Amino acid sequence: MTALTVEKLSIRYGAVEAVRGLSLEVKPGEIVGLIGPNGAGKSSTLHAIMGAAPVTGGDVRLDGTSLVGRRPEDVARRGIALVPEGRRIFGELTVDENLRLGLAGRRRGRNGGGLTRAFDLFPILREFRSRQAGVLSGGQQQQLAIGRALVADPDVLLLDEPSLGLAPKIVDVVFEALTQIRDSGLGVLLVEQRAQRTVALADRSHVLANGELRLTLGPEDASDTDRLVAAYLA
Amino acid sequence: MTLAFLNLTWPTFANGLALGGVYALMAVGIGLVFGVLRLVNFAYGQLIMAGAFALAFGSQWGFPNWASILFCFGVVLGLSVLMDWLVFRPLRTHSPAVMLVATFAVAFLLQNIALLAFGPLGKSAGALAILNAPWDIGGVFIKKIAVISFATAVGCLVILQLLLTRTPLGLHMRAAAMDFRTARLLGVRANWVISGAVIVSGLFAAVSAVMLSVQELTVVPTFGTQDTILVLAGVVLGGLNRPIPATLGGFSIGFANGILGGVLPSNQSQYLPSFLFAAVIVVLLVRPNGLFARGGGTVERV
Repeated sequence: MTALTVEKLSIRYGAVEAVRGLSLEVKPGEIVGLIGPNGAGKSSTLHAIMGAAPVTGGDVRLDGTSLVGRRPEDVARRGIALVPEGRRIFGELTVDENLRLGLAGRRRGRNGGGLTRAFDLFPILREFRSRQAGVLSGGQQQQLAIGRALVADPDVLLLDEPSLGLAPKIVDVVFEALTQIRDSGLGVLLVEQRAQRTVALADRSHVLANGELRLTLGPEDASDTDRLVAAYLA
Repeated sequence: MTLAFLNLTWPTFANGLALGGVYALMAVGIGLVFGVLRLVNFAYGQLIMAGAFALAFGSQWGFPNWASILFCFGVVLGLSVLMDWLVFRPLRTHSPAVMLVATFAVAFLLQNIALLAFGPLGKSAGALAILNAPWDIGGVFIKKIAVISFATAVGCLVILQLLLTRTPLGLHMRAAAMDFRTARLLGVRANWVISGAVIVSGLFAAVSAVMLSVQELTVVPTFGTQDTILVLAGVVLGGLNRPIPATLGGFSIGFANGILGGVLPSNQSQYLPSFLFAAVIVVLLVRPNGLFARGGGTVERV
């Protein structure tokens, strides 16, 4: 069973073509990396999957059903959760309220275990559940953003640069959590700037440059710095 | 019995509280829609006008009071939802300036429809005028409507607070007011949130229509317009993008309006709005973020 299929996707903002003919697949229980320089079209791809960027060609399907043309809230309610760039937590709401917002994406008739999923993965969230989210550290906010996406009980998790602005130790925590999320059976599409770590972690990593797929790398390529650099400069 | 200064009496004080309560409701009604749509609804006063006409017609047609009030709620809610569907939603993605001008247009349209249909002299207000009779509270005579208005306003605000803090819809509305785009990406349904805000806003307009029309002898097409302008000034005074300060701002200006209306000699009360607006300008010069905003915030320039 294929969870998420992106087929010959094209995205255009006015005269600017952000992504051209991108195809990729995310199956349950695997992490797919999407790396590449700034402006390569990585975030645009995630937004297009969510129905929040203009798709001009190709298709995005979840278990065979096309998602193109649907509203972001409907895509979320079909089992795709996004951890947005910059975390986008609600600083004036409590940790608990932020997590309960994630429940908005739950599918009808699915319980999903409430907030426990987030608390089990990141115990710090349980401890701070009644605090204002805005006072949390950057790393804690990133954990909150991932926890908030998980309480929706999605099939596919999209992450937009979750390591951005975090200290190396916290990045370890986040990447370790991604491994656990994969092992629980979710498909993960990870957009990252930290190319080497992503390639090492992911089952496959696609290198995107100027809106086009340049290269696909496996974990064994992580130490092959020359190949990575070449892919970026191509 | 008088309060220590001026010739401020307890009944005047009570009227101030009552008008403050109604203005606070109107401020919340305007603020809720602003929160989710980033749109200042200048046609809010015309919703109240329509409600007041519904009450007047209800009385004329011999409806019992409860039925007139129900009719008023129906008319105001229907009009709110219609406004949302025909104007707000189609223009939602346009610039704030377009939406602002559009609500002005709706306001004038409704006012002129009322003018054409009911004439400039309007209709005599409904049978609820009996609520202007006083209650004897410890030797002080206070109008029933003043007590009822204040109690109703407090009750409505408490219920709203519970809705916003204790229900999923309330949480979604608050999140949408902070960051609509992210809320939608999490699965918050834009349509539900907007409908929720529009309906609560309409309910508060209907309550305000009932409370305000009790104290008027006639309902005219400009009914509620000046109140709305004062409330908007109050909302700006409090801080437009913060619900509690906006409510306090609405309350303050209503309270000041009620008190000054009672204290000023009757030959000067026509200058009342000028006093209030002058006060608003002075306050905003001193505290541009609003009277009740926490310090240190940045002013958003439009």
